[in-house]
Amino acid sequence: MERETRPAVVVGAGPAGLCAAIELKRAGAPVLLLDENSKPGGQLFKQIHKFFGSQEHRAGVRGFEIGKDLLRESLDLGIDVRLDTEVVGLDPNLNVWAVEARKRSYTLEASRVILATGATENAVPFPGWTLPGVMTAGCAQTLINVHRVLPGRRVLVVGSGNVGVIVAYQLLQAGAEVAAVIEAAPALGGYGVHTAKVRRAGVPMLVRTTIVRAEGSEGVERAVLAEVDGKFKPVPGTERTLEVDAICLAVGLTPSIELAALAGCRTFFVPELGGHMPLHDEFMRSSVPAVYVVGDIAGVEEASTAMEEGRLAGIHAAHSMGYLDREEMERRTADTRRRLRALRQGVFGEKRFVAKERVLAEKEKECP
Amino acid sequence: MPVNPDSPDLDERTLKTLGAPSLAELKAAGVVPSREEMAARPCVCVECIEEIPCNPCETSCPQGALTVGQPITNLPVLDRDKCTACGLCIPACPGLAVVIKSLEGNLAKIRFPWEYLPGPAKGEEVEMVDRLGNPVCPGTVVSVINPARNNRTAVVTAEFPAEHVDEVISMRRKTWP
Repeated sequence: MERETRPAVVVGAGPAGLCAAIELKRAGAPVLLLDENSKPGGQLFKQIHKFFGSQEHRAGVRGFEIGKDLLRESLDLGIDVRLDTEVVGLDPNLNVWAVEARKRSYTLEASRVILATGATENAVPFPGWTLPGVMTAGCAQTLINVHRVLPGRRVLVVGSGNVGVIVAYQLLQAGAEVAAVIEAAPALGGYGVHTAKVRRAGVPMLVRTTIVRAEGSEGVERAVLAEVDGKFKPVPGTERTLEVDAICLAVGLTPSIELAALAGCRTFFVPELGGHMPLHDEFMRSSVPAVYVVGDIAGVEEASTAMEEGRLAGIHAAHSMGYLDREEMERRTADTRRRLRALRQGVFGEKRFVAKERVLAEKEKECP
Repeated sequence: MPVNPDSPDLDERTLKTLGAPSLAELKAAGVVPSREEMAARPCVCVECIEEIPCNPCETSCPQGALTVGQPITNLPVLDRDKCTACGLCIPACPGLAVVIKSLEGNLAKIRFPWEYLPGPAKGEEVEMVDRLGNPVCPGTVVSVINPARNNRTAVVTAEFPAEHVDEVISMRRKTWP
């Protein structure tokens, strides 16, 4: 079996990228893992809650502990991890343009590229949204769980998906008050067990409610809310004011597809998975066969699904480079796929499963 | 989304509108023990009524009394005859959805998960709350345990007047001095 010696380059050392690099290295393939941050782990080290899933998905383990385990594993395997390294370019011939510590720029020739670049938080504009104290939920989570700084004493959370309610819970744990979690839709979005634990701590949850404006002189002092009609328009006369000094926006995420677009990967619009995302097949291969997409770039889901997608791509890339025979690749990916399927069921997961099936079908149709 | 205000059925469901399930919603899901059952023995209450992919309660139970099975989005099913109320499922549930309740004369006892600081101390007088976070009645902390295997989820036991056994789910958070 002829083996490719140019490395597989993994961009992004979050849960998906770490797992992809681990599977490649385990198979004996040369791999380089690049991340723009000074620490690997992506968002995992901000996750102080216990994860869902089953034992084989590390359920019951807190996110940051899963991060520590993945780091230990990648160190034990001797994976070449380059931190403070931003990937700013990628062409269809797999030339990777990296900038190290904002000083040195170089290109790498890769034999495979696995893009694990994650997603970007959405914002919702309203008068006053540029006041200090208005931030995304991820920003608040970074402040409390990484830097141990309380972003406010009394916080409004906009958006009731799992991110919004988990960050509301962590703000309470950090010692803040949460004035309310608001949701424009008629039903709360997050898992009922998450909303229930925040609600029993006395946090009001308001559906059909939006933020009209934020007020304050030097920073946020108040948030003005209003009820919305069936078309999400504020209903006149329903305005009310909450005294808050911080506002966290948890209104969804959008896949970070810039590098995939530069490489020429075909994209597809999937609202359930966060918007435009690269098409991919069952092994996470994009329309450019040597470029894989894993984790939130391939549709916004969760860390547990991101890790399995990373494994799928890592195993398949190692096979395609000649480091695993077909039988072994199929055996390993079958396990991964079974675990992934288990996470995409039920009222929440089924929708994502159906959306992913649509992505696979479109990939098959557009670039078989 | 049109809601018929005359439909009592919809009025009683509050999980997706207020954030916490109503008693009616929980009873319909079959997860609320009767007073007779709670007087006879401590009863595990798994307030997990939405299909999410999760089964640590099942794997935590040494008696095999909690079953999720396949797919792991199944709701947990409790076999009270096998349950010894050991309480290992309380810190195992990532959703903090498991409590154990019992009745002894005029007093109710609840064991519930707790992940806030400052934590309560044995003997402390606290305020018990319902699922919406409303104060219900005073309570007394009987014990607080947090062994390493709980992975930082403490289990608090508190006593309170028996008549509030159905509403009470936890205690009010303490504030820093």
